[in-house]
Amino acid sequence: MYRYDGYDHQMLADRVAQFRDQTNRYIDGKLSETEFLPLRLQNGLYVQRLAPMLRIAVPYGMLSSVQLRKLAYIANHYDKGYAHFTTRQNIQYNWPALVDVPDLLADLAEVEMHAIQTSGNCIRNTTTDQFAGAAPDELEDSRAYCEIIRQWSSFHPEFAYLPRKFKIAVCGTANDQAATQVHDIGIYIVKGDNDKIGFRILVGGGLGRTPVIGKEIFDFVEKKHLLTALEAILRVYNREGRRDNKYKARIKILVKETGVEEFKKKVIEQWALIKDSSLTLTDEEIDRCQKFFDAPNYQKLSNSPAQLTDKLQSNVLFAAWHSQNVNPHKIPGYSIVTVCFKQTGVAPGDVTDRQLEQLADLSEQYSFGEIRISHKQNIVMADVRQDQLFELWKALESGAMVSHNLGLLTDVICCPGGDFCALANAKSIPIAESIQRKFDDHEELTNIGEMNLNISGCMNACGHHHVGNIGILGVDKKGEEYYQVSLGGSSKNNASLGKIIGPSFAQEEISDVVETIVGVYKDKRNDDEKFIDTYNRIGINPFKEKVYAKAD
Amino acid sequence: MPKLINRSAVIDNPWTVMKVSTGPEILKVVPGKNFIVPLQFWRLYQEELNEYDGNITVWLDSNENPEQISGEINSLSLIALNFPVFSDGRSYTNARELRQKYAFKGEIRAIGDVLRDQLYYMAQCGFETFEIRHDQEAELCLNAFKDFKTGYQSTITEPTPLFRRR
Repeated sequence: MYRYDGYDHQMLADRVAQFRDQTNRYIDGKLSETEFLPLRLQNGLYVQRLAPMLRIAVPYGMLSSVQLRKLAYIANHYDKGYAHFTTRQNIQYNWPALVDVPDLLADLAEVEMHAIQTSGNCIRNTTTDQFAGAAPDELEDSRAYCEIIRQWSSFHPEFAYLPRKFKIAVCGTANDQAATQVHDIGIYIVKGDNDKIGFRILVGGGLGRTPVIGKEIFDFVEKKHLLTALEAILRVYNREGRRDNKYKARIKILVKETGVEEFKKKVIEQWALIKDSSLTLTDEEIDRCQKFFDAPNYQKLSNSPAQLTDKLQSNVLFAAWHSQNVNPHKIPGYSIVTVCFKQTGVAPGDVTDRQLEQLADLSEQYSFGEIRISHKQNIVMADVRQDQLFELWKALESGAMVSHNLGLLTDVICCPGGDFCALANAKSIPIAESIQRKFDDHEELTNIGEMNLNISGCMNACGHHHVGNIGILGVDKKGEEYYQVSLGGSSKNNASLGKIIGPSFAQEEISDVVETIVGVYKDKRNDDEKFIDTYNRIGINPFKEKVYAKAD
Repeated sequence: MPKLINRSAVIDNPWTVMKVSTGPEILKVVPGKNFIVPLQFWRLYQEELNEYDGNITVWLDSNENPEQISGEINSLSLIALNFPVFSDGRSYTNARELRQKYAFKGEIRAIGDVLRDQLYYMAQCGFETFEIRHDQEAELCLNAFKDFKTGYQSTITEPTPLFRRR
């Protein structure tokens, strides 16, 4: 993975010192609340319901074992012994004290980590497919480009006070797992003429109040022009994005109001000014960044060794986990393992300090000392030998990390919601739990099959409810917490936004509603048809009829 | 008189920023001054401005665009860009565009809600002088230009991005 050199370290040290000074001035009353606000946000610090919340950047989700141990230490030392994986592949702590934050950031800097631009109206953490570099269906490893974008966007002097937050995703795999089309800028690595690799760029996607699928602005951008293209888009957005209304300030509204063709014209005008400037990427820089993601030292192995197949035959639980949580790898004899953090009774994405340490140990033993966080709030060990899968599973079992509901209905994406977040209209964690309790039979879950259910506690949509096959949104109805249900969303290649099924439900009704929806699907599906395909075939009405018939 | 700094010192400020609400009669009342006038004033009172015996230049608000003065940019020695509120980032883009698109060689001045914690980025975008808000301590502000030793980007002060310098 990427390693810092003297320059990166220097910048980070400068940033920590800068924020320490800002925090001191704020505490001394020399910096007003309003003036401190964007400064602390751009250092990851929110003021939440119970305490400040600190969001730590995990560039494109990659973590080393050394970093994991530091995160465990921080969970223990500054928090209440746990951390939380977010839908931007980041990590959040819910309990650090404001005065401790500069020290916490200095601790993070020791392991090349920070909380820079994880919040505020600036360019946020660039995300990608959690299987990058290991997936068999990959055109090129996206991580080198994520790193190039990370550097370009970190401390960018022109774009620190954008109209609103700005999110970029890069996807190099055929099967999009990065929700690329619902980003402010979505970048697909594509093959152009003469098999040349470059980028297809979408703009103006996003979730939040007004969910939109991104629109193509360039069908092919040469590698060397990546940063100048991004800079041109951002420049148009910074100047023209709406600043009069926070809810209309994302680039998706600008693109919609301007029209994508007109927007593109403006971008091309800006681009022409810088296209061959010093910001043009060099082959050396692309090489340099790619080298950090060179394949680890794989052994020459073959697929399906006896150590694996024997255990698959003899151990049903292991087999269930294997069929759900293990994916094919591009190298023979290796697999990609996803550790699912969606255990019933534990808030989705929550992880304890002990588990973080254990993951660090296991990653060293089984996956070259690295893990990734997925935007679905799970952990990926990308390079596990198939003959060691059983051992790894046993070890995960001892740490209570063998949930085998990955990709199933109970692998819920869920924001912290009203239990922690000051913005939320309603709680989301108890909703996740009620659904997980209702569907606690693994056989039934696998029978239902691939299905994703996403929960957000408010329309800011941190839980990606718009793109859930089933989406649940917390709403405020005369001071009471209610939940709106939508169906048919997807964040994959054929991205689509869910449609609201009808009037909202009380908290205690939700798990029954989900059960009814699942019942309709099971009645209507053909053979192996997935939920989303059945929904697309039969539409929302059969679900609607049943759900509201029951309510009467 | 508002405090003015450049990247290394507190400096004299011979210029007065004219507010949007000011009318042309001021030119008769105070002769021989140096005024930075709003774009609208600059357009509406060309004649009065031409007759004025002091120095005159223009400031752009954050919702205005250098394109609106494109023909005149390089006859000016100073252009001021306003920050109506420090969190409005549009003037950063205007500054860069003055330098990059119009090759403006004169002085770009930050005016308005100009605070210590934004100065470093302003300087990177091509601002040369800073009329800091009345409550800002000039000495403290001068430290801001040392917040970072270097950055990743191609900027006005460092056009070669780090990846070409590594």
